Formats: sequence, structure tokens, C-alpha cells
Amino acid sequence: MNSLKRTPLYAWHVAHGARMVDFGGWEMPLQYAGIIEEHRATRERAGLFDVSHMGEIDVHGQGALPFLQYLLTRNIDPLPKGHMKLSLILNESGGIKDDVTVYARGENSYRLVTNAANKEKILAWLLKVRDEKQWGKLDIKDVSEEVGKIDLQGPAARAILGDLGVVGGGEIPYYRFIETKLISVPALISRSGYTGEDGFEIYVSGDDVQSVWEKILEVGKPYGVMPVGLGARDTLRLEAGMMLYGNELEESVNPFEVVYEWVVDMGKEFLGKDALVEIKKQGVSRTLVGFIVDGRGIARHGYAVVKNGIKLGEVTSGTFSPTLGQAIGMAFIPVSMVREGEQIEIDVRGHTVSAHVVRLPFYRRKRG
Amino acid sequence: MAKQNPRDRKYTPEHEWVLEKGDGHVVVGITDFAQEQLTDIVYVELPEIGRKVERGDQLAVVESVKSVSDVYAPVSGVVVEVNRRLESDPGLINRDAFGEGWIAVLEMNNSREWLLLMEAGDYEAMIAGEGK
Repeated sequence: MNSLKRTPLYAWHVAHGARMVDFGGWEMPLQYAGIIEEHRATRERAGLFDVSHMGEIDVHGQGALPFLQYLLTRNIDPLPKGHMKLSLILNESGGIKDDVTVYARGENSYRLVTNAANKEKILAWLLKVRDEKQWGKLDIKDVSEEVGKIDLQGPAARAILGDLGVVGGGEIPYYRFIETKLISVPALISRSGYTGEDGFEIYVSGDDVQSVWEKILEVGKPYGVMPVGLGARDTLRLEAGMMLYGNELEESVNPFEVVYEWVVDMGKEFLGKDALVEIKKQGVSRTLVGFIVDGRGIARHGYAVVKNGIKLGEVTSGTFSPTLGQAIGMAFIPVSMVREGEQIEIDVRGHTVSAHVVRLPFYRRKRG
Repeated sequence: MAKQNPRDRKYTPEHEWVLEKGDGHVVVGITDFAQEQLTDIVYVELPEIGRKVERGDQLAVVESVKSVSDVYAPVSGVVVEVNRRLESDPGLINRDAFGEGWIAVLEMNNSREWLLLMEAGDYEAMIAGEGK
């Protein structure tokens, strides 16, 4: 049985020696040359990521603005054309249904970019809210099948985009985007990403993904660009202190537990706000923190944070940081223990390994 | 692309290789297929010299960026030597799983167990089945 979904670049990945893995129902490249090498290439030069598995849902028509203003935790009134924001979508109890980016493409025309595994859930949620609230003729369209997504990340990303002849490409401000042509095909290019580096997220038609991908590798060659798999995408985002749905974020987690106050605009009305007001009044009992392992071993997703044999919390993500040369991670711990430098203990397969709490992110790029 | 599995040694279904050194000593490591599945190896927990192990006991632990994996004793015996270089350079296993990346030397105490190990050809047939 092989029901895994594939991106338009599947054959390219296989032909270029990628190790393919099942990632949330998608057959995706885990690595090409090796996770650490790809990680370093992205930090020092540039990395190219096929993230065509991610979901894109276009919302447009009369009422799109108030509709999304109600669904998203972030204030998007106003969100001028060409601007984007990170936002959450919550359930009625204030739990996180997904973290998304919203792109304002024109008057009452928006694109939501969802996590791959959450796309169907979010689509159904949007349709349900639209129909219940009688938002009427609003057009909600899942365009994930037609849209390919490539991320170009790293200090050389800007120069590579410039060499590709994208007019004004390198000058897009952070968290803004343009709709333009890239090697003569229509493209939406935003200055954003999921690695902690400068870079771009590029959306093109699925039919054009491969030619754009190959062109970027060709033009980026003198800069040392490399294709990068999901393995390094995970180590890069974790070093940058960025959360991953399914690890840090889920429906049973509220924004205050993961220090996402800044993505929640309590000054406006939105779905889930009533619950958040209540949660804020009660206060949260656990918080997400970063930690560095002091001994040997890697604390991984699901490992217990313990003290005197009692479980106090849980590791949400953990890996070896290629930049720090140490094992790092994020974990939920009781609010009372949240102090920089606080010693915690983690049960690593039956052995207790000590770690200490640190301020996120683990890595911050030097801005030139 | 995984390297050829050398014909001079035997294999286990858990992806260890075992090479006879003569005088009842065997060298143990993990296969190139295994290192490729693991991705970049960043820690290796070696056994203590003198430790007695039964076939199937945990012998070492190999941690990669992506996952963690136990290395099992392919035969029963006593640990007589470990590859200390792996402590400072665990990537040796990625670069040369069948050579410089060896993990430990065991003194076998039950030579009949040698017969339970797989030939390279059988091991390859097994991983070909696992790959799909």
C-alpha cells in the first residue's frame, strides 16, 4: 500500500539521492548530503527547501476581512496589500488549531498558509464558521494541489534572488511580499521563513516548481546553495526557537503557555477569545522553555522532565544543535521553575540527564 | 547510496556486522545501511571494557541528530576493546561504518552462535525488503 502524497519535486529528490521519509502522510526528503552539512550551508550560505506539502487556502470575496478578523488571533485590520502576519487559529476553548501565515493580496483577498497536517482540518473549520455565521458568498478555496512552495534561506538568499532578475526582489522588507515573475513564471515571494536566517518563501504553480527549483540551484551555485531536507529544517527552526505544530503546539495548548501573547491581539474580538480571557484570569500552570543538556545524550520529544523521580513536565522537541555543538530542546515545565539557569532533569531512556533552562532562541543571526 | 556490504563478515537483522579477528575475538559495528538510516551520528555510548554481554543485550547506544538506536551484542562474550575515537568523532561511523567506525571487540564465549548470524547476501535481501 502506498498512499503517501508526493510533491511535484518527488522525482527530482529521488534522482538526487535524497532519503525520503513519511512526514504526516507526505513522502518528503529527510536529507540529501546530510543534516549537519545542510544545516551549516543554510546558516553560512543558502539552503533551498521543497515545502510544497504545506497547505494554501485562498479566501476572497465580500466579507473576507471581517471573516478572517474573527478567525485569526492577530489583528489584520488593517493589513495592507503586500503585508503578511503570523497568526493562530483557536478552537472555542482557546486551544491552538494551527499556526498560519496570512497574506493580504488585495481588497478582501487573502492567502492562509497552514501546516500540511492541519490543512484539511482548517479548511473544514473555515467552511463551518462561514456557514454557521452566514458569511455568505465568501469564496474559500484550497489551492494546495496547484501551488508549489520553495523556501530559499540563508545569508546569500538575497543575492541569489537578485541574480535571478526579480525586480525589487532583494528589497522586499521583512514580512512583506510581492507578486511578480520569477524566470518568467508568476510567483508570490515573501521575505520570511522558518530557519532564523534571512530568506524568502516562494509560491509558484505546481507545474513551474521544478524549473524554478533547478534555476535557483543553478544561479545559486557560485554562492554554495544546497538543497536541504526536513531533517535540517527541524534543527534550524529549533535553534531559532520556532515552534512546530504537533510538538509544541496542539489543540490542548493555549497561546499563553507557549509565550505566544504577541500573536494574540486581545484588543479585538476573535474566536476563542472568551476562553483566553478566562485562562488569563486563572493564569497558566506550565510554560514552554528552552533548555541545553549539560551531559551527554539527547532529550527527545515525549521524554519526561523529572525531579526526585516525579514527572513535572515534558520535552516537546529535542535535537543536537549543529551551531552550538550541544543537545538542545524545548519543554513544558511548571511556571514556578521558569528561571534562566534553573537546573532541570530529564529522563533519557531510564537515565537522568541534567539540563538547564535558557532564554530562547538558541541562535540569533548577526544582522549585517 | 549504501556501500557494498563486505563479504568477509556476518550480519544481524538489527544491522550489526561482526568480523572474526581469529583467536575467538570479533569486531562489532553497525552497517552502512544503518548509519544512513540514522543520519548524522552525534554521540556514541560505548560499553565498559570487561563487561559480559549475552547475545541480544544492549552493547552500545548510537544517537543521531534524528533518532537514537541501540546496538545489540551479536554474540555473547566479554568486551575486550572499544573504539574510543568515537567519543570525539562519532561521525566516523557515518564516514566508514565497516572500517574506522567499528564499535567494540568481543571475546566470544559460545562459538556456536556464529552459525546464527546472516551472510551478506541474506542481509541485503532483508534490507531490500525493508526499503519498500
